[in-house]
Amino acid sequence: MRITALVIRILRQIVRDKRTMALLILAPILVMSMLHLVFNGEEYTPKVGLVDLPEKIETQLNLEHAKLEHYQTEKLAKKDLSAKKLDAYLVFDQMPPSVVLEGSDPSVNGAVMRWVQGALKSLQPNGGNQEVKADYLFGSGDMGQFDYFGPVLLGFFVFFFVFLIAGVSFLRERTTGTLERLLTSPLRKWEIVAGYIMGFGIFTMIQAAIIAWYAIYVLGMLMEGSFGYVLLITLLLSLTALTLGILLSSFANNELQMIQFIPIIVVPQIFFSGLFNLETISEWLSWVGPFTPLYYAAEALRNVMVRGFGWDMIYKDLLMLLAFSLLFMVLNIAALRRYRKI
Amino acid sequence: MNSPIVSIQHVSKNYGKQQVLKDISLEIYEGEIFGLLGPSGAGKTTLVKQLAGLEEPAQGENYIFSEKMPRLDLIKRIGYMAQSDALYTDLTAKENLDFFAALYGLSGKEKRQRMNEVMELVSLTDHLHKMVTDYSGGMKRRLSLAISLLHSPGLLILDEPTVGIDPVLRKSIWESFKNLKEKGTTILVTTHVMDEAGKCDRLGMIRDGQLIAAGTPEELMQQAGAATIEDAFLAYGGA
Repeated sequence: MRITALVIRILRQIVRDKRTMALLILAPILVMSMLHLVFNGEEYTPKVGLVDLPEKIETQLNLEHAKLEHYQTEKLAKKDLSAKKLDAYLVFDQMPPSVVLEGSDPSVNGAVMRWVQGALKSLQPNGGNQEVKADYLFGSGDMGQFDYFGPVLLGFFVFFFVFLIAGVSFLRERTTGTLERLLTSPLRKWEIVAGYIMGFGIFTMIQAAIIAWYAIYVLGMLMEGSFGYVLLITLLLSLTALTLGILLSSFANNELQMIQFIPIIVVPQIFFSGLFNLETISEWLSWVGPFTPLYYAAEALRNVMVRGFGWDMIYKDLLMLLAFSLLFMVLNIAALRRYRKI
Repeated sequence: MNSPIVSIQHVSKNYGKQQVLKDISLEIYEGEIFGLLGPSGAGKTTLVKQLAGLEEPAQGENYIFSEKMPRLDLIKRIGYMAQSDALYTDLTAKENLDFFAALYGLSGKEKRQRMNEVMELVSLTDHLHKMVTDYSGGMKRRLSLAISLLHSPGLLILDEPTVGIDPVLRKSIWESFKNLKEKGTTILVTTHVMDEAGKCDRLGMIRDGQLIAAGTPEELMQQAGAATIEDAFLAYGGA
């Protein structure tokens, strides 16, 4: 009897809390759909440049399942490769031809190499034991998945923890009455937001430095660019996480409801941040990427860590992160108007 | 009695359809202890929150020091203690005091002096370096009071300051109110405890968002022909 009473009470509570009910039902559906879309995505079609291809050979090749582009000189092909218009190009100056890959995404490298083997099969009638010589513009043949995922994961962890900790601590401020106490002091609303940003900014700077240091120097993650840029990117990313966390905490009544934002706000960002190749995600969903801060941070981190680029290749992403933070900050100050008008 | 420190003029407030304050007019004068007496849910907290600058009336105006609320420069001259303790329990008492003192622009020698004064007033000097988590309920209440006194406010607004405090402590807190009053501080205190109301200079009785009576405790009892404040409250409330 006592147990049934308990069961009824719990069911009543869940039904009454519409949000928890939605989390229990809708969130798994959302995450499952995303995983489905990501993993059942189309097979990646490599974009391959063909440099100076003799017509006689072209007829012998199996050129299906790739987007092809013809080039007169290797220089032009290389330019498009750096601009990421190509994944690889083949140079037919010798037999077998040599292949040059962009190289920063191991799964794309794999797709290209599989395609090259298939395409050239017919050139090698006696079983095809000849190794194709492969060069990499960035990264190398032994660059692992981790080197490619690493920068995204680094960004993700910084985002995730800062979001949660800042959100919960601001929530506590609200539920313990200290926020109200702050608002009966001469403190201005923007000062509260700024104080949080600076306090947590310092904390996340340390956090990001430790995580990045560990990943690069302990786990041996690929690091071509400057460590300073990595810190700058993670700092700006944590700023967006912080301001978003504080903003969303005003829509949560307790810690559990703060946690409920994770599958809604945090997890979907992973899918669109380049952890999975965006071109294999269904088109009707791929527009989400540019609306998530992690998308820009991951791109900038990868540019620095994998490709060794500097300021002029990352400043646009940094500006986007800054724009996100500013937007969230303004919304935060507006949200505080609920507690004090002036 | 001279100029009013607090002047509440025809204030009404509603949350959606629920009317919480109905046309309240009230004046509080310099150097008095004014008690707002009423059962919980009567609208006391809503009214004092307006005076502390947290809320605004739907109709009517609140004037403090003859200026219309809410205003940030007026907030500096008010000390407010909410019903909840609003302390950072993961910090020590001193760290809490430091933080709030800084918000009011106190620093250096002045800050140290004020901190010692207020902690002495609430008899917590010996527990300055203790974590607030280790404080008892009554100690937390007194620390909250100390914090609201840090910046020497001219007007002190206290929302149920003695809830959950034992009689001995309650007596000592009321003694500190009297000390503050003698130094010229005006005190507005809300309570639902009838015997506490008797210690106020003047009282305002609130029920269902309406001010049903105001005056000194003696006046109120006399006019209602009642022997206790509780009986007077019942008489005015039409019960």
